[in-house]
Amino acid sequence: MGHISVVRIIGFIVFGLSFLLTSCRRQSNIEEANDAGILIIGNSNEPKGLDPHLVSGVLESNIIRALFEGLCVEDPAIDGKALPGVAMKWTPNKEFTEWTFDLNPEAKWSDGEDVTAHDFVFSYKRMLSPDPNWPAQYSEMLYFLKNAQEYNKGKITDFAQVGAKAVDKHTLLLTLRGPIPYLPELTKHYTWYPVPEHIVLKHGKINTAFSSQWTRPGNLVSNGPFQLKTWTTNHKIEVERNPHYWDAETVSLNGIRYLPVKNYYTETRMYGDEQLHLTYTVPSELIPFAKENYGSQLRQENYVGVRFLRVNTLREPFTNPKVRRAFALAIDQQAICEKILQGGQKPASGIVPPFGEYKPPAIIQFDPVKAKELLAESGYESTSAFPDITILTTDSETGRREAEALQAMWKEHLGINVRIIQREWTTYLQKQYDADYDLCAGGWIGDYLDPTTFLEMWITDGGNNNTGWGSETFEEYLHEAENTADVSQRMATLAKAEETLLDDTPVLPIYWYTTTYLIRPEVKNWHPLLLNNHPFKFVKIEKD
Amino acid sequence: MLRTILSRLLQTVVVVFLLVTFTFFAIHAMPGDPFADAKATSPEEKAALEAYYGLDKPLPVQYFNWWKNVITNNDFGDSIAMKGRKVSTLISESFPVSLKLGLLSLVMGISLGIPLGIIAALYHNQMLDYLAMIIAMAGICVVAFVLGPIFQINIAKPLTSLNVAGWDRPADIILPAITLCFGVAAYLARLTRGGMLDVLSQDYIRSARAKGVPPLKIITRHALRPALMPAVTFLGPAFAAIITGSFVVENIFLVPGMGQHFVLGVTSKDYNLVLGLVLFYGILMGIANLLSDLVLIFMDPKLRTS
Repeated sequence: MGHISVVRIIGFIVFGLSFLLTSCRRQSNIEEANDAGILIIGNSNEPKGLDPHLVSGVLESNIIRALFEGLCVEDPAIDGKALPGVAMKWTPNKEFTEWTFDLNPEAKWSDGEDVTAHDFVFSYKRMLSPDPNWPAQYSEMLYFLKNAQEYNKGKITDFAQVGAKAVDKHTLLLTLRGPIPYLPELTKHYTWYPVPEHIVLKHGKINTAFSSQWTRPGNLVSNGPFQLKTWTTNHKIEVERNPHYWDAETVSLNGIRYLPVKNYYTETRMYGDEQLHLTYTVPSELIPFAKENYGSQLRQENYVGVRFLRVNTLREPFTNPKVRRAFALAIDQQAICEKILQGGQKPASGIVPPFGEYKPPAIIQFDPVKAKELLAESGYESTSAFPDITILTTDSETGRREAEALQAMWKEHLGINVRIIQREWTTYLQKQYDADYDLCAGGWIGDYLDPTTFLEMWITDGGNNNTGWGSETFEEYLHEAENTADVSQRMATLAKAEETLLDDTPVLPIYWYTTTYLIRPEVKNWHPLLLNNHPFKFVKIEKD
Repeated sequence: MLRTILSRLLQTVVVVFLLVTFTFFAIHAMPGDPFADAKATSPEEKAALEAYYGLDKPLPVQYFNWWKNVITNNDFGDSIAMKGRKVSTLISESFPVSLKLGLLSLVMGISLGIPLGIIAALYHNQMLDYLAMIIAMAGICVVAFVLGPIFQINIAKPLTSLNVAGWDRPADIILPAITLCFGVAAYLARLTRGGMLDVLSQDYIRSARAKGVPPLKIITRHALRPALMPAVTFLGPAFAAIITGSFVVENIFLVPGMGQHFVLGVTSKDYNLVLGLVLFYGILMGIANLLSDLVLIFMDPKLRTS
């Protein structure tokens, strides 16, 4: 009796499952997407928003770059080269302090309206709104404009004094606070993108922040190669071709599907199961597996970002620069890169990663002998005389492994015990901002290809400094560079600034970031880019 | 009967109120700042954000305002982490997904667990009993974050008709549902076995056997109903839990369900989201418990009179 019913039930389940399995699908997701010209991307998480003025994350920028377009566009293969975007051409004055952008009259919003110089002025006014209720964290990206900071901080109230003017419908004149030869580079960043005045004002006031519904699907109007099609929380975001885009001929993809795959192990498995063209990353444990199974589909490329430890220079024993330097020199960076990360990361000899014409001063290198000497000179009689030292990091697995490796290195090379404190993300950040730590693991990704994106954060009391460190010499060099139009001279001054910073060592550099991801062979025109800001308009799907 | 229902409903209201109150003060006591971001927020901006979300007011005032908003506007407020989105929108987007997945895995769990428990009881202390209980024990011990990847690698990868993860094709529900159903099946098998063993040793079953009632009929007509009472008691809360989603299963299988909101709401200090979810979950739990009580009353005539 029991047997019969069990057999029946099992039979029923097997039948039901096999029915479901056979009836559902013939093609893999990738095959279907290839036929439809859709690129499927793992994008790591649900975006916090799609308003270019109110986000600050990498995953949001991946979507915003498809939807919007700035004055200039990233070249698909060459770092630091600016291609025409909304602007057809741009001409600086001799000092690089005044730039005239001639806008393309064909540039349109996805609802067919013209993109005008007034849209840009409106956007910069919005981004710089002095209203304390306007929570744009990234408004300092526009401080390159003359009087932008003064307007943003409420010191002047008339936006006409800010260096952004619409000369006519298709001519934008930008006046800068100093010579900035790399302005076109900056305009590729999403903080410089235009937002549609007529749509933003339809859903609220100029500075209505989160309560505005203008970025919701159905409302969002954009000027880039793609427009928003669907957006469901924790599920997917789909963009489709913008029929009004001025350069629609160049656009090859019919759309992009962004999947918020938070679990990177799942992401790698989805890639292997033909569900993704491109992964966001590859977990370090799976890199050997990916190398073996996917060969050249695994890419490991340089990325302008640096991993470091902030040092609380207001707390014993780190008030002493020699102790800070000793801690820096006792870090075996190579071992961390090769044994823990395995992603091709490079030991960081400074804070600014190597790129372009900048020659970084190579000051920090693993040197346990020198480290010991410095410690001996520091005035502490013995290592046991050191106060209790802690290192603060996040609750992530790699965070823990990195901290444990550092702990072992300081113990081995300096004989000092360091205790690890792990906190979940928001608590970790709060402790960092409150300078409630001795040593704090952190990192920084460059926003544009210029050393200042890594150096300006260390000015006295800068919002992201948090080390209590400050140096007049350092700031003088930054100021000097700001007023130098000659590129090589400017780079040399910035290198001096970095040298000043590293000599004092309020940060201990560990490694320079790389991006590690998997990409299917049919995705073309996807080249290594230092900022990893790939312009989707050039990406193609082509079967060999 | 009506009085029972009314009194249970009243109890539910009190429990949910206490639950929300406790949660409110507990999450506000947690360290961490909801507005902390990888890039620094200036003190003015932070103050503005706090004012916007009403977090600048004293805690009791915030607490009172939250209830006022819920009762007068039927609104759980805005999500703090996912800015620009209402908590009610997040719930109404994700709950249907979790409900669908939960119901399927519940049905699967019931159809797997209860027969397993019956078999185990019928073959008490024999091979089949041990086998069934090993399966049940494994179902309790092997958690979803182990089971999920095993299914992804060993079932979805080789089978072209199943995806590793995602929520686009009808078949995408199968693996998460199987992963979820094991836990339910395991508990049900153990509870059914216990209940069944209890009933089978009763005098009236022996009388039925002595009278020559066919064995299958003894099980279906006489033993099953009382034997399932413990399982039904368990099913009430299990129902509410499973239809509100599972963080682990959603994370592994990329399911846009409700479970991840609970966890991410807590880690990102999204007070409004957590409170909205707790209120919603509390009400569901109350209803599910009430339903399972009603089923029990229906199943056991003795309860009807008491």
